[in-house]
Amino acid sequence: MNVLLDHLPEFREGFIGTVLLTLASGLLAMVLGVVIAGFRVSPVPPLRFFGAAWVTLFRNTPLTLLFLVAWFVVPVIFAPGLNPWTKALLALGFYTSAFVCEAVRSGINTVPLGQAEAARSIGMTFFQTLRLIVLPQATRTVIPPLSSIFIALTKNSAIAGAFSVTELFGVQKLLSDKGFAIAWIFLWVALGYLVITFTISGLFRLLERRMGVAR
Amino acid sequence: MSSSVLYDAPGPKARVRNVVYTVVGSAAVLGLIVFAIYRLNIKGVLEPEVWDIFNNAGVRANIRDGVLSTLKVFALAGVLSLVLGLLLAVARLSDHKPVSWLATGFIELFRAVPLLITIYALWVLFLSYKDDLGVVGDNTAFWALVIGLTVYNGCVQAEVLRAGINAVPRGQVEAAYALGLRKTQVMTMLLVPQAVRSMLPTMISQLVVTLKDTSLGYIITYAELLYAARTMANNIIVNGENPITAVVIVVGAIYILLCLALSSLATWIERRGRRAKTGIAVAAAAEPAEAPGVLDATEGPLGPVAAAPEAPGEPAAPADEVPGSSAADGPDAPGEPGGPDLGKS
Repeated sequence: MNVLLDHLPEFREGFIGTVLLTLASGLLAMVLGVVIAGFRVSPVPPLRFFGAAWVTLFRNTPLTLLFLVAWFVVPVIFAPGLNPWTKALLALGFYTSAFVCEAVRSGINTVPLGQAEAARSIGMTFFQTLRLIVLPQATRTVIPPLSSIFIALTKNSAIAGAFSVTELFGVQKLLSDKGFAIAWIFLWVALGYLVITFTISGLFRLLERRMGVAR
Repeated sequence: MSSSVLYDAPGPKARVRNVVYTVVGSAAVLGLIVFAIYRLNIKGVLEPEVWDIFNNAGVRANIRDGVLSTLKVFALAGVLSLVLGLLLAVARLSDHKPVSWLATGFIELFRAVPLLITIYALWVLFLSYKDDLGVVGDNTAFWALVIGLTVYNGCVQAEVLRAGINAVPRGQVEAAYALGLRKTQVMTMLLVPQAVRSMLPTMISQLVVTLKDTSLGYIITYAELLYAARTMANNIIVNGENPITAVVIVVGAIYILLCLALSSLATWIERRGRRAKTGIAVAAAAEPAEAPGVLDATEGPLGPVAAAPEAPGEPAAPADEVPGSSAADGPDAPGEPGGPDLGKS
């Protein structure tokens, strides 16, 4: 009990850190994922290849390795002087974008054939078909998998704590280094994650109900 | 729907335009690659001396040991998580309410908590009771990693199996009871074999996740592949620098190859299962849902809900692969609850 009350500021900081990191990298992953999914269904072969390579690469790499890359390779080779938070954002966002891409692509595949055919027959281009017809309808089927992707992202963001970004795992590490009983710390940190994950699944269920249309 | 429906068979004008796009697109992709190589070259990563370290017997032995200890953790945690998953699934479906509640609580708690948190807590716990634990005490990081992976992935496998068991048609169970089989017999002879068979691709996909998650051992300083590679890179100095980039590229390639091999096994079993006409439908080789309460959002079988988003008359066949996409990622949606074809038979 006391661990929580005595260290409320740390827990609060960690909780806010986890939420912010999840939100920011979720946003990055959404943008990248939709763009890459667009690449993967586009009529241009190199873009399709690029999309497939992107997904294969990031889906089969452990996130810890991506964090290592973001920490020790990216600053040396490409962009020196990134702060840890940005590096964590990049690693999490890129990793998750591959999963978002696959979810969006399978969502695109569930839109009935006739829709795209109709769009084509009234003269829409590829981009118009995708933007105005297919993606809006794919949204509904994409929402349930997206919910679980974001929950996975929340849990994955714990790895950032090991790389000295302020968030809930960092709090656990800090307090257990100070010698508090691990069982209580575990319980409170777990509770923090439970709050976030249940909020996400609740929000997405709400969204699903709002967007649900009888087909 | 294959992607080609999104655009027409190109006419003369569109063909020219597509050629232009292809050239521009290739140029952009090539440009990215060239830029990366250029930067790597400037930073001296492409020097022959840097890559020469992989000819060193010590470096090779280090990497081999790393791979072996990663595989050791993976094998142990994979087997244990399957066993635990089976036990938890059966416990959760038990008719004895306390047993079922306990299993439900266990599954929901450990599925919602990040694996790293569990592993770290176990590690600290084992370290503080090091002397009383015997075998576990000598190898705290190893056992923390194995048990953490087992608990988390066991919970996920339990949910996958439960979805599979729920997808077995109710009539089969009734028929079995009518023949006079007991509860245990129904479970062991009827439900579990069918559930395992139909859920095998999803279970193997979760094993891929287990394999990737062994890299969390890096954080609790267990000498698996990533940690071994990192410490090795720190101890080598080539041209005045640690060859971290080169080592990371090699290690990344090893991980990707391992994961691709395992997930192509899942896809292969899925294809094979789809050909068979008997039994319940085989699930997609997708990673199971991570969300608490997503797999069990509905009472009873998953099938109708998961199948609902499908377009009418549009079975999610593996044939809709985009041309040019790699063979390993089938028609799977990551996190799609249970796969689209459950319970349709």
